[in-house]
Amino acid sequence: MSGAGTPPISREDVAHVAKLARLDLSPEELDLFTSQLASVLDHAADIAALDLSGTPPTAHPLPVRNVLRPDEPRPCLDREEVLAAAPDVEDHRFRVPRIGGQEP
Amino acid sequence: MSPTPGPAGATAEAVRTGGRSARSVVEEALAAIAAADGPLHAFLDVHADAAAADAAAVDAAVEQGRDPGPLAGVPVALKDNLCTRGRPTTCSSRILEGWRPPYDATVVTRLREAGAVVVGKTNMDEFAMGSSTENSSTGPTRNPRDPSRVPGGSSGGSAAAVAAGVVPLALGSDTGGSIRQPAAFCGVVGMKPTYGVVSRYGLVAFASSLDQIGPFATTVGDAALLLEVIAGHDPCDSTSLDRPAPDVTAALDDGVEGLRVGLCQELLDEGDAEVVGRVRAAAEALAGAGAKVDEVSLPELRLGLPAYYLLAPAEASSNLARYDGVRYGLRVDAPDAEAMNTATRTAGFGAEVKRRIMLGTYALSAGYYDAYYGKAQRVRTLVIEAFGRAYESFDVLLGATTPSTAFPIGAKVDDPWSMYLSDLFTVPSNLSGHPAMNVPFGADGEGLPIGVQLLAPALGERVLFAAASALESLAPAPGGAS
Repeated sequence: MSGAGTPPISREDVAHVAKLARLDLSPEELDLFTSQLASVLDHAADIAALDLSGTPPTAHPLPVRNVLRPDEPRPCLDREEVLAAAPDVEDHRFRVPRIGGQEP
Repeated sequence: MSPTPGPAGATAEAVRTGGRSARSVVEEALAAIAAADGPLHAFLDVHADAAAADAAAVDAAVEQGRDPGPLAGVPVALKDNLCTRGRPTTCSSRILEGWRPPYDATVVTRLREAGAVVVGKTNMDEFAMGSSTENSSTGPTRNPRDPSRVPGGSSGGSAAAVAAGVVPLALGSDTGGSIRQPAAFCGVVGMKPTYGVVSRYGLVAFASSLDQIGPFATTVGDAALLLEVIAGHDPCDSTSLDRPAPDVTAALDDGVEGLRVGLCQELLDEGDAEVVGRVRAAAEALAGAGAKVDEVSLPELRLGLPAYYLLAPAEASSNLARYDGVRYGLRVDAPDAEAMNTATRTAGFGAEVKRRIMLGTYALSAGYYDAYYGKAQRVRTLVIEAFGRAYESFDVLLGATTPSTAFPIGAKVDDPWSMYLSDLFTVPSNLSGHPAMNVPFGADGEGLPIGVQLLAPALGERVLFAAASALESLAPAPGGAS
Protein backbone atom coordinates (compact mmCIF):
# COMPACT_ATOMS: atom_id res chain seq x y z
CA MET A 1 0.00 0.00 0.00
CA SER A 2 1.28 3.42 -0.81
CA GLY A 3 0.50 6.48 1.29
CA ALA A 4 -1.37 9.53 0.09
CA GLY A 5 0.46 11.42 -2.63
CA THR A 6 3.07 8.73 -3.25
CA PRO A 7 2.10 6.60 -6.25
CA PRO A 8 4.10 3.38 -6.63
CA ILE A 9 7.40 3.78 -8.45
CA SER A 10 7.14 2.86 -12.14
CA ARG A 11 9.64 1.35 -14.54
CA GLU A 12 9.82 4.77 -16.23
CA ASP A 13 10.60 6.43 -12.87
CA VAL A 14 13.45 4.00 -12.30
CA ALA A 15 14.82 4.58 -15.80
CA HIS A 16 14.66 8.34 -15.21
CA VAL A 17 16.38 8.11 -11.82
CA ALA A 18 19.08 5.85 -13.26
CA LYS A 19 19.78 8.46 -15.94
CA LEU A 20 20.01 11.21 -13.30
CA ALA A 21 22.41 9.03 -11.30
CA ARG A 22 24.52 8.26 -14.41
CA LEU A 23 23.79 4.53 -14.33
CA ASP A 24 23.01 2.44 -17.38
CA LEU A 25 20.57 -0.37 -16.58
CA SER A 26 19.73 -3.37 -18.75
CA PRO A 27 16.01 -4.14 -19.30
CA GLU A 28 16.32 -7.03 -16.82
CA GLU A 29 17.94 -4.78 -14.22
CA LEU A 30 15.20 -2.19 -14.74
CA ASP A 31 12.55 -4.83 -14.00
CA LEU A 32 14.38 -6.13 -10.93
CA PHE A 33 15.18 -2.70 -9.48
CA THR A 34 11.63 -1.49 -10.09
CA SER A 35 10.17 -4.29 -7.99
CA GLN A 36 12.88 -4.02 -5.31
CA LEU A 37 12.61 -0.24 -4.98
CA ALA A 38 8.82 -0.53 -4.89
CA SER A 39 9.11 -2.95 -1.99
CA VAL A 40 11.34 -0.56 -0.02
CA LEU A 41 9.11 2.43 -0.83
CA ASP A 42 6.12 0.42 0.38
CA HIS A 43 7.62 0.63 3.85
CA ALA A 44 8.51 4.28 3.33
CA ALA A 45 4.82 4.88 2.66
CA ASP A 46 4.21 4.26 6.37
CA ILE A 47 5.99 7.48 7.17
CA ALA A 48 4.97 9.35 4.03
CA ALA A 49 1.37 9.00 5.21
CA LEU A 50 2.02 10.60 8.63
CA ASP A 51 0.97 14.17 9.34
CA LEU A 52 4.14 15.64 10.80
CA SER A 53 3.48 19.28 9.96
CA GLY A 54 4.06 20.23 13.61
CA THR A 55 7.41 18.44 13.82
CA PRO A 56 10.53 20.23 12.57
CA PRO A 57 12.94 18.27 10.35
CA THR A 58 16.35 17.14 11.63
CA ALA A 59 19.16 17.16 9.07
CA HIS A 60 21.95 16.40 11.48
CA PRO A 61 22.32 15.01 15.00
CA LEU A 62 24.44 17.97 16.08
CA PRO A 63 23.62 21.67 15.84
CA VAL A 64 25.92 22.17 12.85
CA ARG A 65 27.43 25.60 12.49
CA ASN A 66 30.32 27.12 10.64
CA VAL A 67 33.66 26.35 12.21
CA LEU A 68 36.42 28.90 11.61
CA ARG A 69 40.12 28.59 12.14
CA PRO A 70 42.99 31.03 11.73
CA ASP A 71 43.85 31.43 8.06
CA GLU A 72 47.40 30.17 8.30
CA PRO A 73 49.22 28.42 5.44
CA ARG A 74 49.83 24.74 6.13
CA PRO A 75 51.14 21.87 4.03
CA CYS A 76 48.41 20.33 1.86
CA LEU A 77 48.23 17.18 -0.22
CA ASP A 78 51.12 16.69 -2.61
CA ARG A 79 49.94 17.57 -6.13
CA GLU A 80 51.90 14.87 -7.92
CA GLU A 81 50.74 12.24 -5.41
CA VAL A 82 47.13 13.26 -5.99
CA LEU A 83 47.48 13.34 -9.75
CA ALA A 84 49.17 9.94 -9.69
CA ALA A 85 45.83 8.46 -8.63
CA ALA A 86 43.91 9.96 -11.56
CA PRO A 87 42.98 7.85 -14.58
CA ASP A 88 44.35 10.47 -17.01
CA VAL A 89 46.30 13.70 -16.53
CA GLU A 90 47.82 16.34 -18.77
CA ASP A 91 49.92 19.35 -17.74
CA HIS A 92 49.28 18.72 -14.02
CA ARG A 93 45.53 18.66 -14.58
CA PHE A 94 42.83 16.00 -14.72
CA ARG A 95 42.12 15.07 -18.33
CA VAL A 96 38.62 14.03 -19.43
CA PRO A 97 37.06 13.21 -22.79
CA ARG A 98 35.20 15.90 -24.71
CA ILE A 99 32.40 17.49 -22.68
CA GLY A 100 29.09 17.44 -24.56
CA GLY A 101 27.93 14.81 -27.01
CA GLN A 102 28.46 16.65 -30.29
CA GLU A 103 30.89 15.30 -32.87
CA PRO A 104 33.47 17.98 -33.71
CA MET B 1 37.38 -4.91 41.74
CA SER B 2 39.21 -4.05 38.55
CA PRO B 3 38.32 -5.94 35.39
CA THR B 4 41.15 -8.13 34.11
CA PRO B 5 42.90 -6.42 31.19
CA GLY B 6 41.75 -7.71 27.81
CA PRO B 7 44.24 -9.18 25.33
CA ALA B 8 45.00 -5.77 23.78
CA GLY B 9 45.57 -4.11 27.14
CA ALA B 10 47.73 -6.99 28.34
CA THR B 11 49.81 -6.96 25.15
CA ALA B 12 50.39 -3.21 25.33
CA GLU B 13 51.42 -3.49 28.98
CA ALA B 14 53.87 -6.32 28.20
CA VAL B 15 55.40 -4.38 25.29
CA ARG B 16 55.69 -1.13 27.25
CA THR B 17 57.46 -2.82 30.13
CA GLY B 18 59.83 -4.73 27.86
CA GLY B 19 58.27 -8.10 28.70
CA ARG B 20 57.47 -8.79 25.05
CA SER B 21 58.70 -7.36 21.79
CA ALA B 22 56.21 -5.72 19.47
CA ARG B 23 57.91 -7.61 16.65
CA SER B 24 57.01 -10.98 18.13
CA VAL B 25 53.42 -9.84 18.75
CA VAL B 26 53.01 -8.64 15.20
CA GLU B 27 54.73 -11.69 13.68
CA GLU B 28 52.30 -13.86 15.60
CA ALA B 29 49.33 -11.87 14.30
CA LEU B 30 50.59 -12.01 10.72
CA ALA B 31 51.08 -15.78 11.01
CA ALA B 32 47.56 -16.16 12.45
CA ILE B 33 46.11 -14.14 9.58
CA ALA B 34 48.03 -16.23 7.04
CA ALA B 35 46.75 -19.43 8.64
CA ALA B 36 43.10 -18.41 9.06
CA ASP B 37 42.26 -15.99 6.31
CA GLY B 38 42.10 -18.30 3.30
CA PRO B 39 38.63 -19.67 4.15
CA LEU B 40 37.61 -16.67 6.30
CA HIS B 41 38.37 -13.86 3.83
CA ALA B 42 38.33 -11.18 6.52
CA PHE B 43 41.27 -9.31 4.95
CA LEU B 44 41.57 -7.54 1.61
CA ASP B 45 45.17 -6.47 2.09
CA VAL B 46 47.76 -7.46 4.71
CA HIS B 47 50.45 -4.88 5.44
CA ALA B 48 53.10 -7.43 6.44
CA ASP B 49 56.26 -5.42 5.72
CA ALA B 50 54.95 -2.10 7.01
CA ALA B 51 53.61 -3.79 10.15
CA ALA B 52 56.98 -5.40 10.87
CA ALA B 53 58.71 -2.03 10.42
CA ASP B 54 56.17 -0.24 12.65
CA ALA B 55 56.64 -2.94 15.31
CA ALA B 56 60.41 -2.51 15.15
CA ALA B 57 59.94 1.23 15.73
CA VAL B 58 57.84 0.50 18.82
CA ASP B 59 60.55 -1.81 20.14
CA ALA B 60 63.19 0.85 19.47
CA ALA B 61 61.16 3.37 21.48
CA VAL B 62 60.96 0.95 24.42
CA GLU B 63 64.69 0.28 24.24
CA GLN B 64 65.39 4.02 24.26
CA GLY B 65 63.19 4.52 27.29
CA ARG B 66 60.45 6.42 25.42
CA ASP B 67 56.77 5.61 26.03
CA PRO B 68 55.48 4.00 22.83
CA GLY B 69 51.86 4.70 23.81
CA PRO B 70 48.82 2.99 25.30
CA LEU B 71 48.46 0.51 22.42
CA ALA B 72 52.16 -0.30 22.12
CA GLY B 73 52.68 -3.18 19.71
CA VAL B 74 48.98 -4.05 19.51
CA PRO B 75 47.95 -5.33 16.04
CA VAL B 76 44.90 -3.54 14.67
CA ALA B 77 42.86 -4.25 11.53
CA LEU B 78 41.09 -1.45 9.67
CA LYS B 79 37.88 -1.55 7.69
CA ASP B 80 38.75 -0.80 4.08
CA ASN B 81 36.86 2.51 4.04
CA LEU B 82 39.52 4.09 6.26
CA CYS B 83 42.19 5.84 4.20
CA THR B 84 45.73 4.53 4.54
CA ARG B 85 48.34 6.59 2.73
CA GLY B 86 49.95 4.71 -0.13
CA ARG B 87 48.00 1.50 0.61
CA PRO B 88 44.94 0.33 -1.32
CA THR B 89 41.63 1.56 0.10
CA THR B 90 38.82 0.08 -1.94
CA CYS B 91 35.62 0.07 0.16
CA SER B 92 35.23 -3.39 -1.43
CA SER B 93 34.23 -1.63 -4.65
CA ARG B 94 35.52 -2.12 -8.16
CA ILE B 95 35.29 1.63 -8.62
CA LEU B 96 38.16 2.17 -6.15
CA GLU B 97 40.21 -0.87 -7.13
CA GLY B 98 43.90 -0.02 -6.87
CA TRP B 99 43.34 3.46 -5.43
CA ARG B 100 46.03 4.50 -2.98
CA PRO B 101 44.98 7.47 -0.83
CA PRO B 102 47.42 10.38 -0.55
CA TYR B 103 46.71 10.72 3.18
CA ASP B 104 45.92 8.77 6.34
CA ALA B 105 42.57 8.98 8.13
CA THR B 106 42.88 10.78 11.47
CA VAL B 107 42.08 7.54 13.33
CA VAL B 108 44.98 5.84 11.55
CA THR B 109 47.38 8.63 12.56
CA ARG B 110 46.15 8.41 16.16
CA LEU B 111 46.58 4.63 16.24
CA ARG B 112 50.19 4.98 15.08
CA GLU B 113 50.86 7.72 17.64
CA ALA B 114 49.53 5.34 20.32
CA GLY B 115 51.96 2.61 19.28
CA ALA B 116 49.37 0.39 17.59
CA VAL B 117 50.45 -1.53 14.50
CA VAL B 118 48.12 -1.60 11.49
CA VAL B 119 48.29 -5.13 10.07
CA GLY B 120 45.81 -4.81 7.22
CA LYS B 121 42.49 -3.76 5.73
CA THR B 122 39.30 -5.72 6.15
CA ASN B 123 36.47 -6.79 3.89
CA MET B 124 33.14 -4.98 3.99
CA ASP B 125 29.89 -4.49 2.14
CA GLU B 126 30.62 -2.18 -0.79
CA PHE B 127 30.76 1.42 0.50
CA ALA B 128 29.40 0.06 3.82
CA MET B 129 26.01 -0.66 2.26
CA GLY B 130 24.83 -3.99 3.58
CA SER B 131 24.34 -6.14 6.64
CA SER B 132 26.21 -9.31 5.68
CA THR B 133 29.52 -8.44 3.92
CA GLU B 134 28.13 -10.30 0.89
CA ASN B 135 28.05 -7.05 -1.13
CA SER B 136 31.82 -7.11 -1.57
CA SER B 137 33.47 -7.06 -4.97
CA THR B 138 35.87 -9.71 -3.66
CA GLY B 139 33.29 -12.12 -2.21
CA PRO B 140 31.88 -12.62 1.27
CA THR B 141 33.64 -12.94 4.59
CA ARG B 142 32.61 -16.02 6.59
CA ASN B 143 31.52 -16.05 10.20
CA PRO B 144 34.31 -17.63 12.28
CA ARG B 145 31.69 -19.21 14.57
CA ASP B 146 30.02 -20.99 11.62
CA PRO B 147 31.58 -20.62 8.16
CA SER B 148 28.24 -21.32 6.43
CA ARG B 149 26.89 -18.08 7.89
CA VAL B 150 27.49 -14.39 7.32
CA PRO B 151 29.55 -12.37 9.80
CA GLY B 152 27.05 -9.52 9.53
CA GLY B 153 27.94 -6.21 8.01
CA SER B 154 28.93 -3.91 6.78
CA SER B 155 32.10 -4.14 8.94
CA GLY B 156 32.04 -7.95 8.68
CA GLY B 157 35.75 -8.36 7.98
CA SER B 158 36.74 -6.40 11.10
CA ALA B 159 34.27 -8.32 13.28
CA ALA B 160 35.40 -11.68 11.89
CA ALA B 161 39.09 -10.83 12.32
CA VAL B 162 38.57 -10.07 16.02
CA ALA B 163 36.23 -13.04 16.55
CA ALA B 164 38.71 -15.40 14.91
CA GLY B 165 41.36 -14.20 17.34
CA VAL B 166 43.84 -13.09 14.67
CA VAL B 167 43.83 -9.48 15.91
CA PRO B 168 42.70 -8.21 19.33
CA LEU B 169 41.35 -4.93 17.95
CA ALA B 170 39.79 -3.58 14.77
CA LEU B 171 38.04 -0.45 13.59
CA GLY B 172 34.77 -0.33 11.72
CA SER B 173 32.23 2.29 10.78
CA ASP B 174 28.59 2.35 11.85
CA THR B 175 26.01 4.19 9.73
CA GLY B 176 22.97 2.08 10.62
CA GLY B 177 24.45 -0.67 12.78
CA SER B 178 27.49 -1.69 10.75
CA ILE B 179 29.66 -2.15 13.86
CA ARG B 180 27.10 -3.42 16.37
CA GLN B 181 25.29 -5.91 14.09
CA PRO B 182 28.43 -7.81 12.93
CA ALA B 183 29.74 -7.69 16.52
CA ALA B 184 26.52 -9.42 17.61
CA PHE B 185 26.73 -12.02 14.82
CA CYS B 186 30.39 -12.81 15.58
CA GLY B 187 30.19 -12.64 19.38
CA VAL B 188 32.50 -9.68 20.03
CA VAL B 189 32.20 -6.20 21.53
CA GLY B 190 31.39 -3.46 19.01
CA MET B 191 30.64 0.16 19.82
CA LYS B 192 29.29 3.19 17.99
CA PRO B 193 30.36 6.42 19.69
CA THR B 194 28.30 9.61 19.93
CA TYR B 195 28.30 11.38 16.57
CA GLY B 196 31.26 13.78 16.53
CA VAL B 197 33.33 12.02 19.22
CA VAL B 198 35.58 10.36 16.61
CA SER B 199 36.86 12.28 13.59
CA ARG B 200 35.52 11.14 10.24
CA TYR B 201 38.47 12.67 8.35
CA GLY B 202 39.67 9.97 5.99
CA LEU B 203 36.56 7.80 6.40
CA VAL B 204 35.14 7.34 2.91
CA ALA B 205 31.70 8.94 3.21
CA PHE B 206 28.48 6.92 2.95
CA ALA B 207 25.86 9.00 4.83
CA SER B 208 27.71 11.86 6.46
CA SER B 209 25.14 12.75 9.13
CA LEU B 210 25.00 9.12 10.32
CA ASP B 211 28.54 7.70 9.83
CA GLN B 212 30.71 7.17 12.89
CA ILE B 213 33.93 5.17 13.36
CA GLY B 214 34.14 2.86 16.35
CA PRO B 215 36.01 -0.03 17.98
CA PHE B 216 35.76 -3.83 17.85
CA ALA B 217 37.38 -5.83 20.65
CA THR B 218 36.96 -9.07 22.55
CA THR B 219 36.37 -7.24 25.83
CA VAL B 220 34.68 -4.00 26.89
CA GLY B 221 37.92 -2.84 28.48
CA ASP B 222 39.88 -3.26 25.24
CA ALA B 223 37.14 -1.38 23.35
CA ALA B 224 37.46 1.44 25.91
CA LEU B 225 41.23 1.56 25.42
CA LEU B 226 40.80 1.81 21.63
CA LEU B 227 38.05 4.45 21.84
CA GLU B 228 40.22 6.69 24.03
CA VAL B 229 42.97 6.54 21.41
CA ILE B 230 40.81 7.40 18.39
CA ALA B 231 38.44 9.92 20.02
CA GLY B 232 38.92 13.64 20.49
CA HIS B 233 38.71 16.84 18.52
CA ASP B 234 40.13 17.03 15.01
CA PRO B 235 40.31 20.32 13.12
CA CYS B 236 40.11 18.35 9.86
CA ASP B 237 36.47 17.32 10.54
CA SER B 238 34.08 20.23 11.00
CA THR B 239 31.58 17.93 12.76
CA SER B 240 34.19 16.76 15.26
CA LEU B 241 33.19 17.84 18.78
CA ASP B 242 35.59 20.28 20.38
CA ARG B 243 36.11 18.30 23.56
CA PRO B 244 38.61 15.78 24.88
CA ALA B 245 38.21 12.03 24.38
CA PRO B 246 35.80 10.51 26.92
CA ASP B 247 37.63 8.97 29.86
CA VAL B 248 35.95 5.58 29.48
CA THR B 249 38.61 3.27 30.94
CA ALA B 250 38.16 5.05 34.27
CA ALA B 251 34.43 4.24 34.19
CA LEU B 252 34.81 0.48 33.74
CA ASP B 253 34.66 -0.23 37.48
CA ASP B 254 31.74 2.09 38.20
CA GLY B 255 29.26 -0.77 38.49
CA VAL B 256 25.49 -0.58 38.07
CA GLU B 257 24.33 -0.09 41.67
CA GLY B 258 21.31 2.21 41.41
CA LEU B 259 21.70 2.58 37.64
CA ARG B 260 18.32 3.12 35.96
CA VAL B 261 18.06 0.68 33.04
CA GLY B 262 15.15 0.88 30.60
CA LEU B 263 14.31 -2.39 28.90
CA CYS B 264 13.02 -1.03 25.61
CA GLN B 265 10.01 -2.85 24.13
CA GLU B 266 10.68 -1.66 20.57
CA LEU B 267 14.22 -3.10 20.76
CA LEU B 268 12.74 -6.54 21.48
CA ASP B 269 9.60 -6.70 19.32
CA GLU B 270 10.18 -8.84 16.24
CA GLY B 271 13.25 -10.38 17.80
CA ASP B 272 13.57 -14.18 17.74
CA ALA B 273 12.51 -15.88 20.97
CA GLU B 274 16.03 -16.95 21.87
CA VAL B 275 17.38 -13.43 21.31
CA VAL B 276 14.60 -11.90 23.43
CA GLY B 277 15.30 -14.51 26.10
CA ARG B 278 18.95 -13.51 26.33
CA VAL B 279 18.09 -9.80 26.58
CA ARG B 280 15.64 -10.54 29.40
CA ALA B 281 18.34 -12.61 31.09
CA ALA B 282 20.69 -9.62 30.79
CA ALA B 283 18.05 -7.36 32.36
CA GLU B 284 17.67 -9.78 35.26
CA ALA B 285 21.44 -10.04 35.69
CA LEU B 286 21.76 -6.25 35.83
CA ALA B 287 18.91 -6.06 38.34
CA GLY B 288 20.66 -8.71 40.40
CA ALA B 289 23.77 -6.52 40.40
CA GLY B 290 21.83 -3.59 41.82
CA ALA B 291 20.45 -1.82 38.77
CA LYS B 292 16.87 -0.56 38.75
CA VAL B 293 15.38 -2.15 35.66
CA ASP B 294 12.01 -1.11 34.24
CA GLU B 295 10.28 -1.64 30.93
CA VAL B 296 9.81 1.33 28.62
CA SER B 297 8.00 1.72 25.31
CA LEU B 298 9.17 4.19 22.65
CA PRO B 299 6.77 3.60 19.73
CA GLU B 300 8.52 6.21 17.53
CA LEU B 301 11.52 3.90 17.22
CA ARG B 302 9.40 1.69 14.94
CA LEU B 303 9.51 4.48 12.37
CA GLY B 304 13.30 4.51 12.44
CA LEU B 305 13.95 1.84 9.84
CA PRO B 306 11.83 3.25 6.99
CA ALA B 307 13.18 6.75 7.77
CA TYR B 308 16.74 5.47 7.76
CA TYR B 309 16.27 3.74 4.39
CA LEU B 310 15.33 7.10 2.89
CA LEU B 311 17.85 9.33 4.66
CA ALA B 312 20.92 7.12 4.29
CA PRO B 313 20.36 6.46 0.55
CA ALA B 314 19.65 10.16 0.00
CA GLU B 315 22.95 11.15 1.55
CA ALA B 316 24.71 8.31 -0.26
CA SER B 317 23.36 9.37 -3.64
CA SER B 318 24.96 12.75 -3.08
CA ASN B 319 28.24 11.47 -1.58
CA LEU B 320 28.77 8.86 -4.29
CA ALA B 321 28.37 11.40 -7.08
CA ARG B 322 32.13 11.95 -6.70
CA TYR B 323 32.88 8.60 -8.37
CA ASP B 324 32.85 9.90 -11.90
CA GLY B 325 36.06 8.50 -13.37
CA VAL B 326 37.84 11.85 -13.27
CA ARG B 327 40.08 12.18 -10.21
CA TYR B 328 40.65 8.67 -8.87
CA GLY B 329 39.61 5.07 -9.23
CA LEU B 330 38.14 3.34 -12.21
CA ARG B 331 37.55 4.98 -15.58
CA VAL B 332 35.76 3.26 -18.43
CA ASP B 333 36.55 5.15 -21.60
CA ALA B 334 33.81 6.65 -23.77
CA PRO B 335 33.74 9.34 -26.45
CA ASP B 336 32.41 12.11 -24.22
CA ALA B 337 32.52 12.96 -20.53
CA GLU B 338 28.92 12.13 -19.64
CA ALA B 339 29.11 8.74 -21.37
CA MET B 340 32.43 8.12 -19.57
CA ASN B 341 30.80 8.98 -16.19
CA THR B 342 27.91 6.61 -16.91
CA ALA B 343 30.08 3.76 -18.23
CA THR B 344 32.43 4.09 -15.24
CA ARG B 345 29.67 4.09 -12.62
CA THR B 346 27.76 1.29 -14.34
CA ALA B 347 30.84 -0.95 -14.38
CA GLY B 348 32.23 0.18 -11.02
CA PHE B 349 29.27 -0.08 -8.63
CA GLY B 350 27.63 -3.30 -7.46
CA ALA B 351 23.88 -3.91 -7.38
CA GLU B 352 23.20 -2.80 -3.79
CA VAL B 353 25.10 0.46 -4.25
CA LYS B 354 23.15 1.14 -7.44
CA ARG B 355 19.87 0.40 -5.63
CA ARG B 356 20.68 2.83 -2.85
CA ILE B 357 21.89 5.56 -5.18
CA MET B 358 18.63 5.26 -7.14
CA LEU B 359 16.50 5.13 -4.00
CA GLY B 360 18.22 8.22 -2.67
CA THR B 361 18.03 10.07 -5.96
CA TYR B 362 14.31 9.27 -6.09
CA ALA B 363 13.70 10.36 -2.48
CA LEU B 364 15.38 13.70 -3.24
CA SER B 365 13.77 14.25 -6.64
CA ALA B 366 11.22 16.94 -7.44
CA GLY B 367 7.72 15.83 -6.44
CA TYR B 368 8.90 13.24 -3.90
CA TYR B 369 11.27 15.28 -1.73
CA ASP B 370 8.61 16.37 0.79
CA ALA B 371 6.83 13.02 0.93
CA TYR B 372 9.98 10.96 1.43
CA TYR B 373 13.12 12.86 2.39
CA GLY B 374 11.28 15.64 4.22
CA LYS B 375 9.08 13.20 6.15
CA ALA B 376 12.05 11.05 7.07
CA GLN B 377 13.84 14.11 8.48
CA ARG B 378 10.80 14.84 10.64
CA VAL B 379 10.71 11.23 11.82
CA ARG B 380 14.33 11.71 12.81
CA THR B 381 13.16 14.46 15.14
CA LEU B 382 10.51 12.12 16.60
CA VAL B 383 13.15 9.46 17.31
CA ILE B 384 15.40 12.01 19.04
CA GLU B 385 12.45 13.28 21.12
CA ALA B 386 11.48 9.72 22.10
CA PHE B 387 15.00 8.99 23.35
CA GLY B 388 14.97 12.34 25.15
CA ARG B 389 11.82 11.31 27.04
CA ALA B 390 13.34 7.95 27.93
CA TYR B 391 16.52 9.47 29.30
CA GLU B 392 14.49 11.61 31.73
CA SER B 393 13.75 8.34 33.56
CA PHE B 394 16.68 6.09 32.61
CA ASP B 395 20.47 6.29 32.51
CA VAL B 396 20.82 3.62 29.81
CA LEU B 397 18.50 1.60 27.60
CA LEU B 398 18.74 -2.12 26.96
CA GLY B 399 17.53 -4.18 24.02
CA ALA B 400 18.60 -6.64 21.39
CA THR B 401 21.28 -5.68 18.88
CA THR B 402 19.78 -7.77 16.08
CA PRO B 403 16.43 -9.55 15.62
CA SER B 404 18.16 -12.87 14.89
CA THR B 405 21.50 -14.62 15.13
CA ALA B 406 23.79 -14.87 12.08
CA PHE B 407 21.90 -16.07 8.99
CA PRO B 408 23.22 -18.40 6.27
CA ILE B 409 25.22 -16.94 3.39
CA GLY B 410 22.85 -16.21 0.51
CA ALA B 411 19.68 -16.24 2.63
CA LYS B 412 18.73 -12.59 2.13
CA VAL B 413 20.65 -11.37 -0.91
CA ASP B 414 17.63 -11.36 -3.23
CA ASP B 415 15.29 -9.51 -0.90
CA PRO B 416 16.65 -6.09 0.07
CA TRP B 417 13.98 -5.32 2.69
CA SER B 418 14.56 -8.59 4.56
CA MET B 419 18.27 -7.70 4.65
CA TYR B 420 17.46 -4.17 5.84
CA LEU B 421 15.42 -5.62 8.72
CA SER B 422 18.74 -6.79 10.25
CA ASP B 423 19.26 -3.12 11.15
CA LEU B 424 15.89 -2.70 12.89
CA PHE B 425 17.31 -2.26 16.40
CA THR B 426 20.48 -0.39 15.48
CA VAL B 427 19.37 2.47 13.19
CA PRO B 428 17.64 4.56 15.91
CA SER B 429 21.01 5.38 17.53
CA ASN B 430 22.40 6.58 14.22
CA LEU B 431 19.37 8.80 13.62
CA SER B 432 19.78 10.30 17.11
CA GLY B 433 23.59 10.39 17.04
CA HIS B 434 23.72 8.62 20.41
CA PRO B 435 26.30 6.03 21.54
CA ALA B 436 25.41 2.32 21.65
CA MET B 437 27.28 -0.94 22.11
CA ASN B 438 26.92 -4.65 21.47
CA VAL B 439 27.93 -6.88 24.38
CA PRO B 440 27.99 -10.67 23.77
CA PHE B 441 25.58 -12.38 26.15
CA GLY B 442 25.39 -16.08 25.45
CA ALA B 443 24.37 -18.10 22.43
CA ASP B 444 21.34 -19.70 20.79
CA GLY B 445 20.63 -23.44 20.65
CA GLU B 446 23.02 -23.85 17.73
CA GLY B 447 25.83 -22.11 19.56
CA LEU B 448 25.57 -18.90 17.53
CA PRO B 449 26.42 -15.76 19.53
CA ILE B 450 23.64 -13.49 20.80
CA GLY B 451 24.38 -9.85 21.50
CA VAL B 452 22.70 -7.45 23.85
CA GLN B 453 22.60 -3.77 22.99
CA LEU B 454 23.15 -0.97 25.49
CA LEU B 455 22.26 2.59 24.51
CA ALA B 456 23.06 5.87 26.24
CA PRO B 457 22.27 9.55 25.69
CA ALA B 458 24.58 11.85 23.71
CA LEU B 459 28.06 11.88 25.25
CA GLY B 460 27.00 9.16 27.66
CA GLU B 461 30.06 7.05 26.82
CA ARG B 462 31.12 6.72 30.46
CA VAL B 463 27.82 5.30 31.71
CA LEU B 464 27.60 3.14 28.59
CA PHE B 465 30.99 1.55 29.24
CA ALA B 466 30.25 1.18 32.97
CA ALA B 467 27.04 -0.71 32.23
CA ALA B 468 28.67 -2.75 29.46
CA SER B 469 31.59 -3.72 31.67
CA ALA B 470 29.22 -4.85 34.41
CA LEU B 471 27.10 -6.78 31.93
CA GLU B 472 30.17 -8.46 30.47
CA SER B 473 31.16 -9.74 33.91
CA LEU B 474 27.66 -11.24 34.27
CA ALA B 475 27.63 -12.92 30.85
CA PRO B 476 27.76 -16.69 30.52
CA ALA B 477 31.12 -18.07 29.39
CA PRO B 478 31.44 -17.89 25.58
CA GLY B 479 29.96 -20.99 23.98
CA GLY B 480 31.96 -21.54 20.82
CA ALA B 481 35.72 -21.83 20.97
CA SER B 482 37.57 -19.57 18.57
